[in-house]
Amino acid sequence: MAKKQSSLAEDLQPRIREIRFSLHLLKQNPLVILGFAITALMMFTAVFAPWIAPYGAEERFWQANLQPPSWQHLFGTDEIGGDIFSRVVWATRVDLGLALLVVIGIEVTAVLVGSISGYLGGKVDEVLMRITDMLLAFPGLILAMAVAAALGRNLTNLAIALMIVGWPGDARLIRGVILGERSKLYVEAARSVGAGRPRIIFLHVLPNAIYPLLVSATLDLGGTILAFAGLSFLGFGAGSGAAEWGYMISLGRNYLYASPWVATFPGLAIFFTVMGFNLVGDGLRDVLDPRLRR
Amino acid sequence: MIVFGISHMVGDPVAAYVSERTSEDQIKQVIRQRGLDQPLYVQYVIYLGDLLKGDWGLTRSMGDRPVTDVIREFFPATLELTMAALVMMLVIGIPLGILSATRKDKMVDHLSRIFALSGVSMPVFWLGLLLLLVFYYYFQILGLPNLPGSGRIDPFIYPPFKPITGLYLIDSILEGRLDVFLDVLAHLILPAFVLGYHGVALITRMMRSSMLEVLRQDYITLARSKGLSEKVVIYRHALKNAMIPTITVAGLAFGSLLTGSPLTETVFAWPGIGRWAAGAILTTDFSAITGFTIVAALVYVFANLIVDLVYAALDPRIRFQ
Repeated sequence: MAKKQSSLAEDLQPRIREIRFSLHLLKQNPLVILGFAITALMMFTAVFAPWIAPYGAEERFWQANLQPPSWQHLFGTDEIGGDIFSRVVWATRVDLGLALLVVIGIEVTAVLVGSISGYLGGKVDEVLMRITDMLLAFPGLILAMAVAAALGRNLTNLAIALMIVGWPGDARLIRGVILGERSKLYVEAARSVGAGRPRIIFLHVLPNAIYPLLVSATLDLGGTILAFAGLSFLGFGAGSGAAEWGYMISLGRNYLYASPWVATFPGLAIFFTVMGFNLVGDGLRDVLDPRLRR
Repeated sequence: MIVFGISHMVGDPVAAYVSERTSEDQIKQVIRQRGLDQPLYVQYVIYLGDLLKGDWGLTRSMGDRPVTDVIREFFPATLELTMAALVMMLVIGIPLGILSATRKDKMVDHLSRIFALSGVSMPVFWLGLLLLLVFYYYFQILGLPNLPGSGRIDPFIYPPFKPITGLYLIDSILEGRLDVFLDVLAHLILPAFVLGYHGVALITRMMRSSMLEVLRQDYITLARSKGLSEKVVIYRHALKNAMIPTITVAGLAFGSLLTGSPLTETVFAWPGIGRWAAGAILTTDFSAITGFTIVAALVYVFANLIVDLVYAALDPRIRFQ
């Protein structure tokens, strides 16, 4: 038993060394650290929104609408007297929450479709890949708008639309990794000791796809927040009065010249959040992709 | 097939021909006329036939005008904007990528990465609004020469301008109108920058990594050891080879520019097919979406063709094959 354990530890040695080296590289990249800091700050804001926001998301100061930033209202107020700072803080919950949900949906679908397609090959692969082709050929934003419009304009449908648009690209990525791994010796070895297909796919082959998946999920988070904001700017998604970044910008557009702060601050929130995810994703890619490491 | 599938999956195809005032009988007649009571595969054949005949349906959001008419009217505006955005992308992205590669891990490299990353991180419409605020409104207040806020051309330009091809920059040259040319150019700057900024990141990143790859090769070491100046090595020897992957990305980005056009065109009130499509969707006008998608797909294919031609120009090995 002891012998077996030590051999397991020996097996894991290179992996642990690999992870340590990756972490070391990450620490040396100031931009990645910045990215981690921003995303951590945004997550913190979302979780502790009730304690950070001085006022409620729907609270109104009717006498003080369109006020410029002041100590009382850090980011000013909007056209119906909502405190913009509080609304931006509350909106992190909506925007980050929705993005997280959408990306989880995207990755689960992508892993299922990609691994089945890549491992089984043949007709199944052919059919699944033609479906992804179909979705990829359609302009993403337009497809999301069409789906959201057809299902009815609300947040849930918008999330579904973003998932439908998002998964094909990642499914392709997973399929590529699986295709590369499928013919390797260790898969044959697993098959020869009688491991079933699901076991081989999920326990043996898929772990090789974790790094690319991690990178693309991080970048997808940023992309989803942007797409979400864009769609709700155009009139899909959250209804009137909702504290949501894209929608707040679209309201601020009407007062752009007289009260620029209404549109500026929610946009800054989107910018920082997405920038954070992109910095982390980019850094992870540089570190985890051996070709870019040099 | 893609468009057909999606228009049938996400909406009622009859809806395109029906308004609140249409009677039940009229609906039945429309269904019979357009073959919508036939099995799906028959419908698909009818649909394909219509597409080839140039019958892309009527667009409700434009007062029931034929889709092809509307595209003919609006597409030049989008094409001009997209081309300008592409130029903007290459003009900013390529030098930035070279700079980043030649000064790897220096301050310039970090700054250019942040500039490029900002492009992918910023909501297009928000950037558009901020630029309008500064270059249109604040410049006006400060009495500086400001950039126009919306549209393609000053509607009060005199004598009135009659476009020929619909691409105003080219038309103004053809008619010898310098005033129009400058006015159109001024209208283009902000929307083109906003639309192209997203792609700058892609170009810069690709240019940087392919330049780094090329600079590692033996022939560059040879060129350096011959005593050639760094400038000659980079611009005469390395650039052409490093350009090939960048051109591929630029071709792909051109397709995505069209996808980004609904947002940019909405912010700048640009009379193109993107704004039309965005408006059409709010009224579930599916023939308009079909039209937009087909145009987008065609542009994509065309962009790929051009990329292949540019390859041949850049790389003699491809030309001689």
